[in-house]
Amino acid sequence: MSSPVLELRNLQTWYGESHILHGVDLHVDRGETVTILGRNGMGKTTTLRSIVGVARKRTGEIRFKGEDLIRTPLHRVAHRGLGFVPEERGIFATLTVMENLLLPPKVAPGGMSLDEIFALFPNLHERRNSPGTKLSGGEQQMLAIARILRTGADTLLLDEPTEGLAPVIVQKIGEALGALRARGMTIVLVEQNFRFAARVSDRFYVMDHGRVALGFPASELAARMDDLHELLGV
Amino acid sequence: METIFGVPVVALYGQLVLGLINGSFYALLSLGLAVIFGLLRVINFAHGAQFMLGAFTAWLLLNHLGVGYWFALILTPLIVGLLGAVIERTMLRRLYAADPLYGLLFTFGLALVLEGIFRWYFGAAGKPYTPPSDLQGAANLGFMRLPKYRIWVIVASLIMCLSVWALIEKTRLGATLRAATENPTLVQAFGVNVPLLLTFTYALGVGLAAFAGVLAAPIQQVSPLMGSQIIIIVFAVVVVGGMGSIMGAIVTGYMLGLAEALTKVYYAEASNIVIFVIMAVVLLVKPAGLFGKDA
Repeated sequence: MSSPVLELRNLQTWYGESHILHGVDLHVDRGETVTILGRNGMGKTTTLRSIVGVARKRTGEIRFKGEDLIRTPLHRVAHRGLGFVPEERGIFATLTVMENLLLPPKVAPGGMSLDEIFALFPNLHERRNSPGTKLSGGEQQMLAIARILRTGADTLLLDEPTEGLAPVIVQKIGEALGALRARGMTIVLVEQNFRFAARVSDRFYVMDHGRVALGFPASELAARMDDLHELLGV
Repeated sequence: METIFGVPVVALYGQLVLGLINGSFYALLSLGLAVIFGLLRVINFAHGAQFMLGAFTAWLLLNHLGVGYWFALILTPLIVGLLGAVIERTMLRRLYAADPLYGLLFTFGLALVLEGIFRWYFGAAGKPYTPPSDLQGAANLGFMRLPKYRIWVIVASLIMCLSVWALIEKTRLGATLRAATENPTLVQAFGVNVPLLLTFTYALGVGLAAFAGVLAAPIQQVSPLMGSQIIIIVFAVVVVGGMGSIMGAIVTGYMLGLAEALTKVYYAEASNIVIFVIMAVVLLVKPAGLFGKDA
């Protein structure tokens, strides 16, 4: 097995006085798709926000390609090759689709060209001059993913990409993730949609009360269903 | 003689042109304030002092280094903008995490310090600044003769305002600025150096004030208090236009300059307060300003 591209050790995070993460340990290998599952409020989103540095009050270790991100200034994290697609999608209302797409700076060579992005998400090409927030929820999610793909980031953190989307759009997002996996991209997914996650993931972590309660590979999924029922209520 | 509501057309046109000149300064200064407020959420009370600093820098460049008007018009915004960058990096940025009131109080104190230093060193009396030789004399507009320099002020202000508008609305840097205004944390997470962007924005706003100061130097007397006289009106302009609205600041600047001029024609006694009356009405009817987005 290759060495982990991302490794969290005893990660603890606070929002103000609220202690949210109580010592998260996990790792992600290069080229893997790892999904973090868990009920609402268990710390999944906070884990992603802590890795990127959007949540600043953290202790422990966040090793990305060997560098500890805890001490890295927020604007330098993306330049290490880490792309973030937030839960709320973060589409800018005053920017057109094209401006949203071109906003994140290129962080490494090898990012998708605009032609490749428009081939993957044809809707975005048709709506390229529309204000970002005039897009449907699905199109906004595609835009949120697309703008990171252009940057050359090799590791993608996706927070609930299928939330509130119609099944046909979820399928489209799934196809896009498949294409990214085929390109060798490392993907960390936070997802409530267990069926979607089961189709695209190599490994799973299940979070409970700010800690990782369970971690297993996709091959053990069937054998772990009782545990998942208990932790997720699925 | 042709009249409109009893006022000769020639006199009316003349006042409107003068209103446009005042509006040029209002537009430039309120644009700088709007740019700074839009991204930094700081109400830059030092803007008037930075306008004065622009005029004084041009005066000092001319009288001590022999640098003429045209070079001063380029150099001064850079020098004063650089000073703004130093102020932002060393002092102002420490206050971003605090209540916005602290930024306002800091810049208010900064204005008092700057004006105090210049008053102590140069005295309160105004200093003359001669217009450049190629802009001396008057041009015949048909309905009035207007000093060429004043025509230049209107043209220069329009060019600068539209250039800044285009920078913010039509370029990738401007798109990044607008995005950072909406969600600075996410823009930073995308790899944009937002702290540097904040420094650039403050320097840009301060540079605009300095540019207006250089333009004003040949028209007004260069004096330590020239900024405090105009800045109160400019704050009213920004409130009417809508805090943070770029086009709002520009259009409202010219519009209120014209409104002031029209009032001078028809009821001169009210010309000093008309802008504040408009501000009060706008605050009552549309608190976010004519071009601002309602909360």
